Amino acid sequence: MSLKPQEVEHIAALARLDLSDEEKERFAGQLSAILDYAARLQALDTTGIPPTSSGLPGRSVLRPDEARPGLDLEQLLQNAPQAQDRQFRVPPVLD
Amino acid sequence: MAEPTDLSIAEAVQSLRSGEISSRELVAACLARIDRLEPRLHAFLALAPEAALQQADRADERLAAARRRSSTDLPPLLGLPVAVKDVLCVQGMPATSGSAILKGFLPPYTATTVARLLQAGVIVIGKTNTDEFAMGSSTENSAYGVTHNPWDTGRVPGGSSGGSAAAVAARMVPAALGTDTGGSVRQPASFCGVTGIKPTYGLNSRYGLVAYGSSLDSVGVLARGAADAAALLRLMAGYDPADATSLDLPAPKLPLPPDPDLTGLKIGVPEEYFIQGIQPEVEERVRGAVIQLSELGAEVRTISLPHTEYALPVYYLIAPAEASANLARYDGVRFGPRAASEDGIDMFRKTRGAGFGAEVKRRIMLGTYALSAGYYDAYYGQAQKARTLIRRDFEAAFETVDAIAAPVAPTTAFRIGQHGDDPLAMYLEDVFTLPANLAGIPGLAFPVGFDGQGLPVGMQLMGPALGEERLFRMAHAYQMVTDWHLRAPRLDE
Repeated sequence: MSLKPQEVEHIAALARLDLSDEEKERFAGQLSAILDYAARLQALDTTGIPPTSSGLPGRSVLRPDEARPGLDLEQLLQNAPQAQDRQFRVPPVLD
Repeated sequence: MAEPTDLSIAEAVQSLRSGEISSRELVAACLARIDRLEPRLHAFLALAPEAALQQADRADERLAAARRRSSTDLPPLLGLPVAVKDVLCVQGMPATSGSAILKGFLPPYTATTVARLLQAGVIVIGKTNTDEFAMGSSTENSAYGVTHNPWDTGRVPGGSSGGSAAAVAARMVPAALGTDTGGSVRQPASFCGVTGIKPTYGLNSRYGLVAYGSSLDSVGVLARGAADAAALLRLMAGYDPADATSLDLPAPKLPLPPDPDLTGLKIGVPEEYFIQGIQPEVEERVRGAVIQLSELGAEVRTISLPHTEYALPVYYLIAPAEASANLARYDGVRFGPRAASEDGIDMFRKTRGAGFGAEVKRRIMLGTYALSAGYYDAYYGQAQKARTLIRRDFEAAFETVDAIAAPVAPTTAFRIGQHGDDPLAMYLEDVFTLPANLAGIPGLAFPVGFDGQGLPVGMQLMGPALGEERLFRMAHAYQMVTDWHLRAPRLDE
Protein backbone atom coordinates (compact mmCIF):
# COMPACT_ATOMS: atom_id res chain seq x y z
CA MET A 1 0.00 0.00 0.00
CA SER A 2 1.02 3.56 -0.32
CA LEU A 3 -0.16 6.45 1.84
CA LYS A 4 -1.29 9.48 -0.10
CA PRO A 5 -0.14 12.97 0.91
CA GLN A 6 -3.73 13.83 1.99
CA GLU A 7 -3.75 10.78 4.29
CA VAL A 8 -0.46 11.83 5.88
CA GLU A 9 -1.87 15.31 6.40
CA HIS A 10 -5.06 13.88 7.90
CA ILE A 11 -3.12 11.73 10.40
CA ALA A 12 -0.84 14.65 11.28
CA ALA A 13 -3.90 16.81 11.91
CA LEU A 14 -5.41 14.14 14.19
CA ALA A 15 -2.10 13.94 16.07
CA ARG A 16 -1.77 17.75 16.29
CA LEU A 17 1.61 17.52 14.62
CA ASP A 18 3.03 20.24 12.41
CA LEU A 19 5.04 18.56 9.63
CA SER A 20 7.16 20.18 6.95
CA ASP A 21 6.55 19.26 3.32
CA GLU A 22 9.79 17.31 3.36
CA GLU A 23 8.64 15.35 6.44
CA LYS A 24 5.25 14.63 4.87
CA GLU A 25 6.91 13.17 1.80
CA ARG A 26 9.46 11.16 3.76
CA PHE A 27 6.92 9.81 6.26
CA ALA A 28 4.50 8.84 3.45
CA GLY A 29 7.16 6.46 2.07
CA GLN A 30 8.41 5.18 5.42
CA LEU A 31 4.98 4.66 6.98
CA SER A 32 3.83 2.87 3.83
CA ALA A 33 6.80 0.48 4.09
CA ILE A 34 6.09 -0.20 7.77
CA LEU A 35 2.38 -0.76 7.13
CA ASP A 36 3.25 -3.11 4.25
CA TYR A 37 5.38 -5.09 6.66
CA ALA A 38 2.56 -5.10 9.22
CA ALA A 39 0.15 -6.38 6.56
CA ARG A 40 1.50 -9.90 7.15
CA LEU A 41 -0.71 -9.92 10.25
CA GLN A 42 -3.75 -9.99 7.99
CA ALA A 43 -2.84 -13.53 6.97
CA LEU A 44 -3.12 -14.74 10.57
CA ASP A 45 -6.40 -16.42 11.47
CA THR A 46 -7.54 -14.85 14.74
CA THR A 47 -11.13 -16.04 14.66
CA GLY A 48 -12.32 -16.48 18.23
CA ILE A 49 -9.04 -15.20 19.73
CA PRO A 50 -9.60 -12.59 22.44
CA PRO A 51 -7.47 -9.44 22.29
CA THR A 52 -4.69 -8.80 24.82
CA SER A 53 -4.79 -5.20 25.95
CA SER A 54 -2.64 -5.18 29.07
CA GLY A 55 0.78 -6.42 30.12
CA LEU A 56 -0.54 -9.14 32.36
CA PRO A 57 -4.21 -9.62 31.58
CA GLY A 58 -7.11 -10.36 33.83
CA ARG A 59 -7.11 -7.74 36.54
CA SER A 60 -8.88 -4.47 37.07
CA VAL A 61 -7.99 -2.13 39.89
CA LEU A 62 -10.00 0.60 41.55
CA ARG A 63 -8.83 2.52 44.57
CA PRO A 64 -11.16 4.08 47.12
CA ASP A 65 -12.26 7.56 46.08
CA GLU A 66 -10.56 9.38 48.93
CA ALA A 67 -9.02 12.84 48.98
CA ARG A 68 -5.24 12.64 49.35
CA PRO A 69 -2.49 15.21 49.25
CA GLY A 70 -1.27 15.89 45.72
CA LEU A 71 1.83 17.47 44.26
CA ASP A 72 2.79 20.97 45.26
CA LEU A 73 1.17 23.55 42.97
CA GLU A 74 4.01 26.07 43.10
CA GLN A 75 6.47 23.36 42.17
CA LEU A 76 4.29 22.17 39.28
CA LEU A 77 3.97 25.69 37.94
CA GLN A 78 7.74 26.08 37.90
CA ASN A 79 7.77 23.89 34.79
CA ALA A 80 5.02 25.91 33.07
CA PRO A 81 5.94 27.80 29.88
CA GLN A 82 3.54 30.53 31.11
CA ALA A 83 1.70 30.82 34.42
CA GLN A 84 -0.56 33.44 35.93
CA ASP A 85 -2.59 33.59 39.15
CA ARG A 86 -1.52 30.05 40.15
CA GLN A 87 -2.76 28.70 36.81
CA PHE A 88 -1.32 27.63 33.46
CA ARG A 89 -1.70 30.39 30.90
CA VAL A 90 -2.50 29.32 27.30
CA PRO A 91 -3.50 31.03 24.07
CA PRO A 92 -7.28 30.91 23.39
CA VAL A 93 -8.58 27.59 22.03
CA LEU A 94 -12.14 28.85 21.41
CA ASP A 95 -13.21 32.00 19.61
CA MET B 1 42.99 -3.68 46.42
CA ALA B 2 41.16 -3.53 43.07
CA GLU B 3 40.32 -0.17 41.54
CA PRO B 4 37.17 1.14 43.28
CA THR B 5 35.37 1.31 39.94
CA ASP B 6 36.04 -2.39 39.32
CA LEU B 7 34.29 -3.57 42.49
CA SER B 8 31.14 -5.64 42.18
CA ILE B 9 28.18 -4.40 44.21
CA ALA B 10 28.70 -7.08 46.87
CA GLU B 11 32.40 -6.18 47.09
CA ALA B 12 31.65 -2.45 47.21
CA VAL B 13 29.06 -2.88 49.98
CA GLN B 14 31.48 -5.10 51.94
CA SER B 15 34.34 -2.59 51.54
CA LEU B 16 32.10 0.30 52.57
CA ARG B 17 30.94 -1.56 55.69
CA SER B 18 34.46 -2.51 56.71
CA GLY B 19 35.75 1.00 56.09
CA GLU B 20 38.29 -0.27 53.56
CA ILE B 21 36.88 2.36 51.21
CA SER B 22 34.67 5.36 51.90
CA SER B 23 31.59 6.26 49.93
CA ARG B 24 33.29 9.56 49.06
CA GLU B 25 36.25 7.66 47.59
CA LEU B 26 33.95 5.39 45.61
CA VAL B 27 31.76 8.23 44.32
CA ALA B 28 34.83 10.37 43.54
CA ALA B 29 36.41 7.46 41.63
CA CYS B 30 33.26 7.08 39.53
CA LEU B 31 33.08 10.84 38.90
CA ALA B 32 36.75 10.95 37.90
CA ARG B 33 36.27 8.10 35.47
CA ILE B 34 33.16 9.76 34.03
CA ASP B 35 35.11 13.00 33.68
CA ARG B 36 37.85 11.23 31.77
CA LEU B 37 35.72 9.02 29.49
CA GLU B 38 32.59 11.10 28.97
CA PRO B 39 34.04 13.13 26.07
CA ARG B 40 34.50 9.86 24.17
CA LEU B 41 31.29 8.08 25.23
CA HIS B 42 28.59 10.66 26.06
CA ALA B 43 26.73 8.23 28.32
CA PHE B 44 25.21 10.96 30.51
CA LEU B 45 22.70 13.75 29.99
CA ALA B 46 23.06 15.17 33.50
CA LEU B 47 25.46 14.75 36.40
CA ALA B 48 25.09 15.80 40.02
CA PRO B 49 28.66 15.59 41.33
CA GLU B 50 28.31 17.95 44.28
CA ALA B 51 25.05 16.49 45.56
CA ALA B 52 26.50 12.99 45.11
CA LEU B 53 29.60 13.82 47.15
CA GLN B 54 27.46 15.40 49.90
CA GLN B 55 25.31 12.29 50.07
CA ALA B 56 28.49 10.19 50.15
CA ASP B 57 29.73 12.17 53.16
CA ARG B 58 26.44 11.60 54.96
CA ALA B 59 26.64 7.88 54.11
CA ASP B 60 30.21 7.79 55.44
CA GLU B 61 29.07 9.33 58.74
CA ARG B 62 26.41 6.65 59.14
CA LEU B 63 28.83 3.90 58.14
CA ALA B 64 31.41 5.15 60.67
CA ALA B 65 28.79 5.44 63.42
CA ALA B 66 27.61 1.90 62.73
CA ARG B 67 31.19 0.61 62.90
CA ARG B 68 31.69 2.30 66.29
CA ARG B 69 28.59 0.62 67.66
CA SER B 70 29.37 -2.66 65.84
CA SER B 71 25.93 -2.30 64.34
CA THR B 72 24.94 -3.85 61.02
CA ASP B 73 21.58 -2.13 60.98
CA LEU B 74 22.14 0.00 57.87
CA PRO B 75 20.33 0.48 54.56
CA PRO B 76 21.56 -2.44 52.40
CA LEU B 77 23.27 -0.38 49.68
CA LEU B 78 24.30 2.63 51.75
CA GLY B 79 26.86 4.76 49.89
CA LEU B 80 26.67 2.93 46.55
CA PRO B 81 26.63 5.18 43.44
CA VAL B 82 24.29 4.35 40.55
CA ALA B 83 23.05 6.06 37.39
CA VAL B 84 19.44 6.38 36.22
CA LYS B 85 18.10 6.46 32.66
CA ASP B 86 16.70 9.87 31.83
CA VAL B 87 13.15 8.55 31.28
CA LEU B 88 12.84 8.04 35.06
CA CYS B 89 12.02 11.00 37.26
CA VAL B 90 14.35 11.92 40.10
CA GLN B 91 13.31 15.00 42.05
CA GLY B 92 15.96 17.70 41.86
CA MET B 93 17.49 16.41 38.61
CA PRO B 94 16.33 17.24 35.08
CA ALA B 95 14.40 14.59 33.13
CA THR B 96 14.39 15.12 29.36
CA SER B 97 13.71 11.56 28.16
CA GLY B 98 16.20 12.40 25.43
CA SER B 99 13.67 14.84 23.94
CA ALA B 100 13.88 18.53 23.14
CA ILE B 101 10.20 18.79 24.13
CA LEU B 102 11.17 18.19 27.77
CA LYS B 103 14.21 20.45 27.76
CA GLY B 104 14.48 22.10 31.16
CA PHE B 105 11.83 19.93 32.81
CA LEU B 106 12.43 19.40 36.54
CA PRO B 107 10.20 16.58 37.79
CA PRO B 108 8.31 17.41 40.99
CA TYR B 109 8.54 13.82 42.24
CA THR B 110 10.73 10.71 42.16
CA ALA B 111 9.93 7.41 40.44
CA THR B 112 9.01 4.66 42.91
CA THR B 113 11.82 2.37 41.74
CA VAL B 114 14.38 5.13 42.29
CA ALA B 115 12.81 6.20 45.61
CA ARG B 116 13.12 2.64 46.90
CA LEU B 117 16.79 2.50 45.93
CA LEU B 118 17.39 5.87 47.58
CA GLN B 119 15.82 4.44 50.73
CA ALA B 120 18.19 1.51 50.40
CA GLY B 121 21.05 4.00 50.51
CA VAL B 122 22.14 4.42 46.89
CA ILE B 123 23.44 7.71 45.50
CA VAL B 124 22.18 8.78 42.06
CA ILE B 125 25.15 10.44 40.41
CA GLY B 126 23.60 11.16 37.03
CA LYS B 127 20.98 10.62 34.35
CA THR B 128 21.91 8.54 31.32
CA ASN B 129 21.30 9.07 27.63
CA THR B 130 18.42 7.40 25.82
CA ASP B 131 16.69 7.35 22.49
CA GLU B 132 13.99 10.01 22.59
CA PHE B 133 11.15 8.70 24.82
CA ALA B 134 12.91 5.29 24.73
CA MET B 135 12.01 4.88 21.05
CA GLY B 136 14.99 3.35 19.35
CA SER B 137 17.66 0.67 19.41
CA SER B 138 20.84 2.73 19.24
CA THR B 139 20.54 6.03 21.23
CA GLU B 140 20.92 7.74 17.85
CA ASN B 141 17.41 9.12 18.37
CA SER B 142 18.45 11.16 21.41
CA ALA B 143 17.94 14.89 20.87
CA TYR B 144 21.20 15.38 22.79
CA GLY B 145 23.61 13.33 20.69
CA VAL B 146 24.52 9.66 20.34
CA THR B 147 26.22 7.54 23.03
CA HIS B 148 29.28 5.62 21.84
CA ASN B 149 29.89 1.94 22.51
CA PRO B 150 32.85 1.57 24.91
CA TRP B 151 34.08 -1.50 22.99
CA ASP B 152 34.28 0.45 19.72
CA THR B 153 33.40 4.12 19.84
CA GLY B 154 32.44 4.07 16.14
CA ARG B 155 29.52 1.84 17.05
CA VAL B 156 26.24 2.32 18.87
CA PRO B 157 25.76 1.07 22.45
CA GLY B 158 22.31 -0.22 21.54
CA GLY B 159 19.19 1.34 22.90
CA SER B 160 17.20 2.74 24.14
CA SER B 161 19.02 2.35 27.50
CA GLY B 162 22.34 2.88 25.68
CA GLY B 163 23.68 5.47 28.12
CA SER B 164 23.11 3.14 31.08
CA ALA B 165 24.72 0.19 29.26
CA ALA B 166 27.76 2.21 28.16
CA ALA B 167 28.20 3.69 31.66
CA VAL B 168 28.18 0.24 33.28
CA ALA B 169 30.44 -1.31 30.63
CA ALA B 170 32.95 1.54 30.94
CA ARG B 171 33.01 1.16 34.75
CA MET B 172 31.64 4.67 35.26
CA VAL B 173 29.07 3.22 37.68
CA PRO B 174 28.59 -0.26 39.14
CA ALA B 175 24.96 -0.37 37.99
CA ALA B 176 22.33 1.75 36.26
CA LEU B 177 18.57 1.68 35.86
CA GLY B 178 17.13 1.23 32.41
CA THR B 179 13.70 0.63 30.93
CA ASP B 180 12.57 -2.03 28.49
CA THR B 181 9.48 -1.67 26.29
CA GLY B 182 10.67 -3.83 23.39
CA GLY B 183 14.22 -4.78 24.38
CA SER B 184 15.64 -1.49 25.60
CA VAL B 185 17.47 -3.02 28.57
CA ARG B 186 18.49 -6.34 27.04
CA GLN B 187 19.73 -5.21 23.62
CA PRO B 188 22.09 -2.48 24.92
CA ALA B 189 23.25 -4.88 27.66
CA SER B 190 24.12 -7.33 24.87
CA PHE B 191 25.85 -4.69 22.70
CA CYS B 192 27.93 -3.44 25.65
CA GLY B 193 28.74 -6.79 27.29
CA VAL B 194 26.84 -6.26 30.54
CA THR B 195 23.98 -8.03 32.31
CA GLY B 196 20.47 -6.63 32.04
CA ILE B 197 17.14 -7.69 33.53
CA LYS B 198 13.73 -6.83 32.10
CA PRO B 199 11.41 -8.04 34.85
CA THR B 200 7.87 -9.40 34.63
CA TYR B 201 5.40 -6.69 33.64
CA GLY B 202 4.04 -5.13 36.82
CA LEU B 203 6.84 -6.35 39.11
CA ASN B 204 8.42 -2.90 39.18
CA SER B 205 6.25 0.17 39.55
CA ARG B 206 6.00 2.44 36.50
CA TYR B 207 5.18 5.47 38.66
CA GLY B 208 7.62 8.21 37.66
CA LEU B 209 8.58 6.48 34.42
CA VAL B 210 7.85 8.70 31.42
CA ALA B 211 5.25 6.58 29.61
CA TYR B 212 5.90 5.15 26.14
CA GLY B 213 3.89 1.94 25.67
CA SER B 214 2.04 1.48 28.93
CA SER B 215 1.15 -2.20 28.47
CA LEU B 216 4.78 -2.99 27.62
CA ASP B 217 6.97 -0.62 29.68
CA SER B 218 9.06 -2.08 32.49
CA VAL B 219 11.85 -0.69 34.62
CA GLY B 220 14.99 -2.84 34.68
CA VAL B 221 18.58 -2.93 35.82
CA LEU B 222 21.91 -3.01 33.98
CA ALA B 223 24.92 -4.20 35.95
CA ARG B 224 28.08 -6.18 35.38
CA GLY B 225 26.84 -9.52 36.67
CA ALA B 226 23.58 -11.26 37.52
CA ALA B 227 24.29 -11.04 41.26
CA ASP B 228 24.67 -7.26 40.99
CA ALA B 229 21.45 -6.88 38.98
CA ALA B 230 19.58 -9.02 41.51
CA ALA B 231 20.94 -6.89 44.37
CA LEU B 232 19.13 -3.86 42.94
CA LEU B 233 16.00 -5.56 41.61
CA ARG B 234 15.05 -7.12 44.94
CA LEU B 235 15.07 -3.65 46.52
CA MET B 236 13.15 -1.90 43.71
CA ALA B 237 10.37 -4.39 43.12
CA GLY B 238 7.05 -4.90 44.83
CA TYR B 239 3.57 -3.48 45.00
CA ASP B 240 3.05 0.25 44.55
CA PRO B 241 -0.47 1.68 44.92
CA ALA B 242 0.59 4.59 42.67
CA ASP B 243 0.71 2.24 39.63
CA ALA B 244 -2.59 0.52 38.84
CA THR B 245 -0.76 -2.25 36.94
CA SER B 246 1.68 -2.95 39.77
CA LEU B 247 1.40 -6.57 40.92
CA ASP B 248 0.12 -6.88 44.48
CA LEU B 249 3.08 -8.98 45.60
CA PRO B 250 6.10 -8.54 47.83
CA ALA B 251 9.48 -8.05 46.15
CA PRO B 252 11.15 -11.33 45.20
CA LYS B 253 14.10 -12.36 47.37
CA LEU B 254 16.08 -13.76 44.42
CA PRO B 255 18.39 -16.04 46.40
CA LEU B 256 21.50 -17.14 44.50
CA PRO B 257 22.74 -20.65 45.33
CA PRO B 258 26.42 -20.96 46.26
CA ASP B 259 27.08 -23.68 43.66
CA PRO B 260 26.68 -23.57 39.88
CA ASP B 261 24.39 -26.60 39.85
CA LEU B 262 21.45 -26.46 37.44
CA THR B 263 20.33 -30.06 37.88
CA GLY B 264 16.59 -30.41 37.45
CA LEU B 265 16.12 -27.29 35.30
CA LYS B 266 14.92 -27.59 31.72
CA ILE B 267 15.95 -25.05 29.08
CA GLY B 268 14.14 -24.70 25.77
CA VAL B 269 15.86 -23.43 22.64
CA PRO B 270 13.30 -22.02 20.19
CA GLU B 271 14.10 -22.86 16.58
CA GLU B 272 12.37 -19.63 15.42
CA TYR B 273 15.13 -17.53 17.04
CA PHE B 274 17.89 -18.85 14.82
CA ILE B 275 16.70 -17.27 11.63
CA GLN B 276 18.42 -16.51 8.37
CA GLY B 277 20.33 -13.28 8.64
CA ILE B 278 21.57 -13.86 12.18
CA GLN B 279 25.31 -13.19 12.49
CA PRO B 280 26.93 -16.68 12.55
CA GLU B 281 29.16 -15.79 15.53
CA VAL B 282 26.09 -14.75 17.53
CA GLU B 283 24.46 -18.13 16.90
CA GLU B 284 27.71 -19.98 17.72
CA ARG B 285 28.27 -18.16 21.03
CA VAL B 286 24.66 -18.56 22.13
CA ARG B 287 24.59 -22.26 21.26
CA GLY B 288 27.93 -22.64 23.04
CA ALA B 289 26.52 -21.01 26.18
CA VAL B 290 23.53 -23.34 26.08
CA ILE B 291 25.94 -26.30 26.02
CA GLN B 292 27.70 -24.83 29.06
CA LEU B 293 24.37 -24.55 30.89
CA SER B 294 23.71 -28.21 30.07
CA GLU B 295 27.15 -29.10 31.46
CA LEU B 296 26.04 -27.45 34.71
CA GLY B 297 23.16 -29.91 34.87
CA ALA B 298 20.34 -28.27 32.92
CA GLU B 299 18.40 -30.37 30.47
CA VAL B 300 18.20 -28.75 27.01
CA ARG B 301 15.52 -29.36 24.41
CA THR B 302 14.43 -27.74 21.17
CA ILE B 303 11.07 -26.01 21.36
CA SER B 304 8.85 -24.04 18.99
CA LEU B 305 7.25 -20.62 19.47
CA PRO B 306 5.28 -20.67 16.22
CA HIS B 307 3.99 -17.08 16.25
CA THR B 308 7.42 -15.47 16.72
CA GLU B 309 7.42 -13.96 13.20
CA TYR B 310 4.35 -11.89 14.11
CA ALA B 311 5.92 -10.25 17.16
CA LEU B 312 7.57 -7.45 15.19
CA PRO B 313 4.47 -6.24 13.31
CA VAL B 314 2.35 -6.67 16.47
CA TYR B 315 4.78 -4.59 18.50
CA TYR B 316 5.14 -1.86 15.90
CA LEU B 317 1.36 -1.40 15.86
CA ILE B 318 0.63 -1.70 19.59
CA ALA B 319 3.59 0.30 20.95
CA PRO B 320 3.08 3.27 18.58
CA ALA B 321 -0.68 3.19 19.26
CA GLU B 322 -0.03 3.46 23.00
CA ALA B 323 2.68 6.05 22.39
CA SER B 324 0.39 8.22 20.29
CA ALA B 325 -1.97 8.43 23.27
CA ASN B 326 0.75 8.79 25.94
CA LEU B 327 2.59 11.54 24.06
CA ALA B 328 -0.55 13.64 23.64
CA ARG B 329 0.44 15.31 26.94
CA TYR B 330 3.37 17.11 25.30
CA ASP B 331 1.54 20.15 24.00
CA GLY B 332 3.38 23.12 25.47
CA VAL B 333 0.79 23.76 28.18
CA ARG B 334 2.26 22.46 31.45
CA PHE B 335 5.96 21.83 30.80
CA GLY B 336 8.67 22.12 28.20
CA PRO B 337 9.27 24.80 25.59
CA ARG B 338 6.22 26.37 23.90
CA ALA B 339 6.05 27.53 20.28
CA ALA B 340 4.73 31.07 19.82
CA SER B 341 1.19 31.29 18.51
CA GLU B 342 -1.95 33.32 19.10
CA ASP B 343 -4.13 30.23 18.71
CA GLY B 344 -4.28 27.26 21.11
CA ILE B 345 -4.57 24.41 18.61
CA ASP B 346 -1.94 25.99 16.38
CA MET B 347 0.33 26.30 19.44
CA PHE B 348 -0.04 22.55 20.13
CA ARG B 349 0.82 21.67 16.52
CA LYS B 350 3.85 23.93 16.34
CA THR B 351 5.17 22.95 19.78
CA ARG B 352 4.93 19.26 18.90
CA GLY B 353 6.30 19.73 15.39
CA ALA B 354 9.34 21.55 16.74
CA GLY B 355 9.83 19.48 19.91
CA PHE B 356 9.63 15.86 18.70
CA GLY B 357 12.35 14.15 16.67
CA ALA B 358 11.77 12.12 13.51
CA GLU B 359 11.35 8.68 15.11
CA VAL B 360 8.89 9.94 17.71
CA LYS B 361 6.87 11.69 15.01
CA ARG B 362 6.87 8.50 12.93
CA ARG B 363 5.57 6.42 15.83
CA ILE B 364 2.92 8.99 16.75
CA MET B 365 1.79 8.99 13.11
CA LEU B 366 1.85 5.19 12.89
CA GLY B 367 -0.08 4.81 16.15
CA THR B 368 -2.61 7.47 15.24
CA TYR B 369 -3.18 5.73 11.92
CA ALA B 370 -3.56 2.28 13.53
CA LEU B 371 -6.15 3.69 15.95
CA SER B 372 -8.03 5.86 13.46
CA ALA B 373 -11.55 5.22 12.23
CA GLY B 374 -11.63 2.59 9.50
CA TYR B 375 -8.26 1.07 10.37
CA TYR B 376 -8.67 0.20 14.06
CA ASP B 377 -9.93 -3.38 13.58
CA ALA B 378 -7.55 -4.26 10.75
CA TYR B 379 -4.43 -2.97 12.50
CA TYR B 380 -4.74 -2.40 16.23
CA GLY B 381 -7.48 -4.95 16.87
CA GLN B 382 -5.75 -7.65 14.84
CA ALA B 383 -2.43 -6.90 16.57
CA GLN B 384 -4.04 -7.32 20.00
CA LYS B 385 -5.41 -10.72 18.98
CA ALA B 386 -2.05 -11.79 17.56
CA ARG B 387 -0.51 -10.68 20.86
CA THR B 388 -2.71 -13.26 22.60
CA LEU B 389 -1.31 -15.97 20.31
CA ILE B 390 2.27 -14.91 21.11
CA ARG B 391 1.51 -15.01 24.83
CA ARG B 392 -0.05 -18.46 24.46
CA ASP B 393 3.07 -19.73 22.65
CA PHE B 394 5.09 -18.90 25.77
CA GLU B 395 2.49 -20.33 28.15
CA ALA B 396 2.56 -23.61 26.23
CA ALA B 397 6.37 -23.66 26.17
CA PHE B 398 6.64 -23.07 29.91
CA GLU B 399 4.55 -26.17 30.53
CA THR B 400 7.54 -28.21 29.36
CA VAL B 401 10.60 -26.02 30.11
CA ASP B 402 11.67 -23.72 32.96
CA ALA B 403 13.39 -21.13 30.80
CA ILE B 404 13.98 -20.28 27.15
CA ALA B 405 17.47 -19.45 25.84
CA ALA B 406 17.86 -17.27 22.75
CA PRO B 407 20.06 -14.60 21.21
CA VAL B 408 19.32 -11.04 22.36
CA ALA B 409 19.81 -9.48 18.93
CA PRO B 410 20.61 -10.86 15.46
CA THR B 411 23.98 -9.05 15.39
CA THR B 412 26.59 -7.46 17.61
CA ALA B 413 26.76 -3.66 17.89
CA PHE B 414 26.33 -1.94 14.53
CA ARG B 415 28.04 1.20 13.29
CA ILE B 416 26.73 4.64 14.14
CA GLY B 417 24.65 5.72 11.15
CA GLN B 418 24.48 2.23 9.67
CA HIS B 419 20.67 2.16 9.56
CA GLY B 420 20.56 5.73 8.30
CA ASP B 421 17.02 6.76 7.59
CA ASP B 422 15.63 3.23 7.32
CA PRO B 423 13.28 2.76 10.29
CA LEU B 424 12.27 -0.78 9.34
CA ALA B 425 15.90 -1.96 9.35
CA MET B 426 16.25 -0.49 12.84
CA TYR B 427 13.05 -2.19 14.03
CA LEU B 428 14.43 -5.56 12.93
CA GLU B 429 17.14 -5.18 15.61
CA ASP B 430 14.39 -5.83 18.18
CA VAL B 431 13.06 -9.02 16.62
CA PHE B 432 14.21 -11.32 19.49
CA THR B 433 13.43 -9.02 22.40
CA LEU B 434 9.90 -7.83 21.57
CA PRO B 435 8.12 -11.13 22.29
CA ALA B 436 8.90 -11.03 26.04
CA ASN B 437 7.34 -7.56 26.31
CA LEU B 438 4.25 -8.63 24.40
CA ALA B 439 3.86 -11.63 26.73
CA GLY B 440 4.72 -9.66 29.89
CA ILE B 441 7.41 -12.18 30.88
CA PRO B 442 10.92 -11.56 32.27
CA GLY B 443 14.10 -11.65 30.20
CA LEU B 444 17.68 -11.62 31.46
CA ALA B 445 20.51 -10.76 29.04
CA PHE B 446 24.16 -11.48 29.78
CA PRO B 447 27.44 -11.72 27.86
CA VAL B 448 28.47 -15.09 26.45
CA GLY B 449 31.55 -14.16 24.41
CA PHE B 450 32.80 -11.92 21.64
CA ASP B 451 32.66 -11.87 17.87
CA GLY B 452 35.72 -11.73 15.62
CA GLN B 453 35.86 -7.94 15.93
CA GLY B 454 36.00 -8.02 19.70
CA LEU B 455 32.37 -6.98 20.17
CA PRO B 456 30.32 -8.58 22.95
CA VAL B 457 27.67 -11.20 22.19
CA GLY B 458 24.69 -11.54 24.52
CA MET B 459 22.26 -14.31 25.30
CA GLN B 460 18.86 -13.93 26.93
CA LEU B 461 17.01 -16.28 29.18
CA MET B 462 13.26 -15.79 29.26
CA GLY B 463 11.06 -17.21 31.98
CA PRO B 464 7.37 -17.42 32.81
CA ALA B 465 5.75 -14.48 34.59
CA LEU B 466 7.45 -14.02 37.98
CA GLY B 467 10.16 -16.53 37.01
CA GLU B 468 13.00 -14.08 37.73
CA GLU B 469 14.53 -16.26 40.44
CA ARG B 470 15.36 -19.14 38.11
CA LEU B 471 16.73 -16.77 35.43
CA PHE B 472 19.11 -15.21 37.94
CA ARG B 473 20.06 -18.65 39.23
CA MET B 474 21.00 -19.83 35.73
CA ALA B 475 22.85 -16.67 34.70
CA HIS B 476 24.69 -16.56 38.03
CA ALA B 477 25.70 -20.21 37.66
CA TYR B 478 27.01 -19.44 34.16
CA GLN B 479 28.92 -16.43 35.50
CA MET B 480 30.47 -18.56 38.26
CA VAL B 481 32.16 -20.70 35.60
CA THR B 482 32.87 -18.01 32.96
CA ASP B 483 34.42 -14.55 33.05
CA TRP B 484 32.83 -12.76 30.07
CA HIS B 485 30.97 -10.45 32.45
CA LEU B 486 34.27 -9.43 34.06
CA ARG B 487 35.90 -8.37 30.78
CA ALA B 488 36.23 -4.62 30.43
CA PRO B 489 36.72 -2.55 27.28
CA ARG B 490 40.20 -1.05 26.93
CA LEU B 491 39.54 2.64 27.27
CA ASP B 492 42.60 3.74 29.19
CA GLU B 493 45.33 3.62 26.58
